Amino acid sequence: MVNNPSPSSYEAVIGLEVHVQLKTRSKMFTRVATGFGAPPNTLTDPVVLALPGTLPVMNKEALDKIIQTGLLLGCEIAPVCKWDRKNYFYPDSPKNYQISQYDQPICLRGSVEIELPGAARNIMGEHVTIPLTRIHLEEDVGKLNHGVAESLIDYNRAGTPLMELVTDPALKSADEAFAFLTALRMILVAAGISDCDMEKGQMRCDANISIRPVGAEKLGTKVELKNLNSISFVRDGIAHEIQRQTAVVLGGGTIRQETRDFDGQTGTSQSLRSKEMAHDYRYFPDPDLMPVKVDEVWKTQLRAGLPELPFAKQRRFYAEYQLPYTITSVLVPDRALSDYFEETAKLAGAGRAQAVGNWIANDLLRELGAAGLEIAAAKVRPAHIAALVALVDAGTISSSSAKEVFAEMAQSGELPEAIVERRGLRQSTDTGELEVWCREAIAGNAKAVAEFKAGNEKAINSFKGAVMKAGKGKANPKLVDEVLRKLLAEG
Amino acid sequence: MSSALVFQTAAALSDQLGARKVSAVELAQACLAQVRATDDRIHAFLSVDEADILAQAGAADARRAAGQARGPLDGVPVGLKDVIAVRGQPLTCGSRMLEKFVSPYDATAAIGLKNAGAVLFGRANMDEFAMGSSTENSAFQTTSNPWDVTRIPGGSSGGSAAAVAAGQVPVSLGSDTGGSIRQPAALCGIVGLKPTYGLISRYGLVAYASSLDQIGPFAHTVEDAALVLQAIAGHDVNDSTSFRTEIPDYRAELAKRRGPWRLGVPKEYFGAGLAPEVRASVEKAIAWYRAQGCEIREVSLPHTEYAVAAYYIIATAEASSNLARFDGIRYTHRSPKATDAVDIYHHSRAEGFGSEVKRRIILGTYVLSSGYYDAYYGRAQKVRTLIRQDFLNAFREVDALLTPTSPTVAFKKGEKTANPLEMYLADIFTISLNLAGLPGVSVPCGFSPEGLPIGLQIVGRPFQEADLLAIAHAYEQAHDFHTKHPVL
Repeated sequence: MVNNPSPSSYEAVIGLEVHVQLKTRSKMFTRVATGFGAPPNTLTDPVVLALPGTLPVMNKEALDKIIQTGLLLGCEIAPVCKWDRKNYFYPDSPKNYQISQYDQPICLRGSVEIELPGAARNIMGEHVTIPLTRIHLEEDVGKLNHGVAESLIDYNRAGTPLMELVTDPALKSADEAFAFLTALRMILVAAGISDCDMEKGQMRCDANISIRPVGAEKLGTKVELKNLNSISFVRDGIAHEIQRQTAVVLGGGTIRQETRDFDGQTGTSQSLRSKEMAHDYRYFPDPDLMPVKVDEVWKTQLRAGLPELPFAKQRRFYAEYQLPYTITSVLVPDRALSDYFEETAKLAGAGRAQAVGNWIANDLLRELGAAGLEIAAAKVRPAHIAALVALVDAGTISSSSAKEVFAEMAQSGELPEAIVERRGLRQSTDTGELEVWCREAIAGNAKAVAEFKAGNEKAINSFKGAVMKAGKGKANPKLVDEVLRKLLAEG
Repeated sequence: MSSALVFQTAAALSDQLGARKVSAVELAQACLAQVRATDDRIHAFLSVDEADILAQAGAADARRAAGQARGPLDGVPVGLKDVIAVRGQPLTCGSRMLEKFVSPYDATAAIGLKNAGAVLFGRANMDEFAMGSSTENSAFQTTSNPWDVTRIPGGSSGGSAAAVAAGQVPVSLGSDTGGSIRQPAALCGIVGLKPTYGLISRYGLVAYASSLDQIGPFAHTVEDAALVLQAIAGHDVNDSTSFRTEIPDYRAELAKRRGPWRLGVPKEYFGAGLAPEVRASVEKAIAWYRAQGCEIREVSLPHTEYAVAAYYIIATAEASSNLARFDGIRYTHRSPKATDAVDIYHHSRAEGFGSEVKRRIILGTYVLSSGYYDAYYGRAQKVRTLIRQDFLNAFREVDALLTPTSPTVAFKKGEKTANPLEMYLADIFTISLNLAGLPGVSVPCGFSPEGLPIGLQIVGRPFQEADLLAIAHAYEQAHDFHTKHPVL
C-alpha cells in the first residue's frame, strides 16, 4: 500500500552547536577582565587588540571550567589540551585567526539529560538523553556595530573564553532542542560555569536541520540555522525550518545545503550563504601555546568541586523529601534556591520538608519576585521558615496567621516567634473561650444545624468560619472541630 | 674623526662608566656623533630619537651619581632591531604596513634592558618583517656592509649588525628565525648569538615564525654578548613558550669553563657551495681547537639537506597566519582606495606589504590549505623532528659543533634580489638550528682576500649557552679578528 506523502511522512534530524561564554574573571589568553555592558573597547589590552608582538597565555580558570563541564556531562577528557589556529579574515577578529581546538577537543562524547514537555505544566515529561559529539574551548570575537556610512568595532567581547558544544545529530524536534538548551543552561548555571544569559550573548545556538522519510537511515541535506538568540527562538526557528523543508520536499523540490538566518521577530528565515562559499580555515597547531597536560590529579580535584546534576537532584528531592514534581521543578533549576531549601529542611527537621518546600516555592518566591530580589538577598533566611513551619506544626499558630507572619518577616526580617508574640497570634487552646464562640456560632445558624443533622458533613464548615472570625484566627482549628461536634451532638 | 669611545666593547665602556671616566651622556653623544658621521653611508638606523636617548643616558648618570647603578650595562647604548617593541618608539618592522605605528608597550626583552639600565638606542633597519638575508627587503632603505658599502650586511637583522660593526653602538639586539642574527654577524665581522628557543621571551618581538623566532645580541666580543644575554634571558609569564631554567652568570662562566672540549664537525656543512676562503678560515679555526687539545670528531647530520625546504614550509605557514593581523582595520596602513571591509584588506595589504612578504604569505597559505596540509606542513614537522634528533644524537658524542656561518662572504647589493631561491640558500648553515631550537653563535674567524669578514658558527646544546659562549670566548681571545674594524 502506498500512501501519498504528507508532512507526517518525514522526520527531522537536528544537531545543535551551542556557544557558551565561560564565567571567568579574565579573558581566555590575557589578564584583562571579561564583562558585559562596559563602555566600548575598555576591556582590551595589547593582546586583545592583537598589537604586533603580543602573545597569548592560557587562562587556567577557563580550562578548569570546561573540564568541569566535561566531567559533569560524562565526557572523555583529552589527556592534553592542544590549541589550533582557525584562520579567516573578519573585522571582529583582531588577529584574523581564532585560537580554537580542531582535531583534539578537550572533551569528547558525553551527554545531556533533557526533560520533554509533560502533558500539563504540573506533570513531569519524558526524560531523554542527548549524546554529545564534542566540546572544545576557544575565544570569542568582538562585535560590529553597523552605521549608515561606517561600522564600529567593540573588542570588549573579543577574547572571552568560549566553549563550543556540539551534539550528535540526535534531536528530533523543536521541543527537544528547547528542552536541551533548558537542561544545559540549568547544569551550567548550577555549576557556576556560565550565567548562560542569551540576551547578553553568553549562550548562543546554531542548529543543523535536515529531514528524511520516516524510517530512512540516510540523513537529508542539512541547513544551518543561525542567530537563534533566545531559547524560544531556537524552538520557533527549528519548527519553522522543519516546516519549510517539508513543504519544499512535498512540493517536489530539493533542499539546498546552505546557512539561513532566522528572524525571531517575524518568524521567517532567509539564506545567508550556500555551501560553495565555505571557508578553508587552514587550521594548524598554534605555535604560541604549549599543549597543556591534564592529569588525573587535576581531574580529581575538579571532580571534587562538582555540584549534583539538576535532574539527579530532582530525583533525590522526590525520594528524600517526597516533594511533588511541581515543587522540585521550581527548586531544582536554581542551585541557590535548592541549597536554600535543603538548609531549611534540615533545620525544620523530619516530616516538615514538604511544608518547607511549599513556603519556598510559593510564598518566598512570590515575595522575592515582587521585590525583584535574588534569594541571597532575601530577609527571610532558612531559620525563619524552619521556625514558622514548626509553629504551624505545633498548632501554635493557624495557617492563616502563618501567612501574615510570613508577609511581615519578609518585610522586616524579624523572627516568626517574635512576630507571633508581638501581634498575639498564638492560637487559643482555651476550651472555655472556644465553647463560647462555638455556641454563638451554632445559635446564629439554625439552617446549618438542620443540614448537619440531616447528614450534611460540610455544613460544619460554616460554623468554623464564624468561630475563626470571632477568635480573630487564634482558634485552633482542630480543637474547634472537636468542640463543635461535641456541642452539635449534645444539642 | 671618531671619538675614542667608538668601537670599544660594552665591557670596557662599562668599566669607564663605573670609574666615572666617562658619563653615559658623553657615551650616548659619541654614539650619536658616529651615527651622524657614518649613517648616510651605512643606513643602519631607521630612526634615532636623540632627545629620548640623552634623557635615558642622563637618568643613568643620575643613578650612578646616587650610587644606584644597576649593573654592567647601566648607561651602555643598545641598538634595537625595529621588530622589538619599545613603548613610545616606532615599530615599523621595515614595512610600510607599520610605517606610522608607535608601540604603546614594551617587549619583555626591552624591559630587561631597561631594568639593566641600558640606553635603548634607535630603531635598526631590517628586512621587512624579518624576511630576508640581505636587508634589501626593507621598505625604507638598504643597509650597507661597513666593510664594503657596495655590499649587503646580511639579514634580516642587517641594521643591528651594521650599527655595531660601524661603531655606532657597542651592542645591539636582533632576531633570528633562520639565521638573521648569525649570518649578518658573520658578514659584518662581529659576534652574533641566537639563544636556545625559549631562553628569551618573544613577548614584544613581532612574530615572523613563532616556533623559530628568537631574540639575541650582536656585539664585538663574546663577553659583551654574554652581558646583553644576561639582561634579557629568563622565563616570562607573558610568553608560554619561554622556558623555566636556571640562568647562570654568563660572563663569570666564560673564564670558569675551560676545555678541552669534544667538538664535532658535521660533514654535511662542508660540501659544494661553500666558498673556498670561508672553508679555509673555518678549517683553520677547527685546527686551532685541535691544537688546544680539543677532540675533533667528524659527525653526520643526515637530514641537513631537507632543512631549507622544511624551513620554508614551517616559517611561511606560521607567517601567513601571524601577518594576518596587519589588515588595515585597526593600526596598520589603510588604503585610501578602500570602501568596505574586504576592500580594506585587499588594498591595504597589497600596498602595505613588499613582494618578499607577499611571496611568503602566499607560500604559507598554500601549504596550510585543505588537502595540502599533510603533504607539506605535516611532513615538514616530521623533518623538523628528524633534524633535531640528528643534533641530539651528535651531542651524545660532542659538546658543540663547528661549522661555517654563511657559505660566502658578504655579496654585492642587488646580486641575489632577482633570485629568491639563491637568497634562501644564504641561510643554509643557520636554518637547521632554528628548526632544532638550538643555540648558535657566530664569531669572527678571518677575512677573505678582499678583506671581508668570515664567521665561525658554534652550535651548542639546548640551554647550555654558558658552555657555548665559553667555547667561543676561548677562540676569540686567542685571535685578534674581533679587534679589527672597518675604515669608514
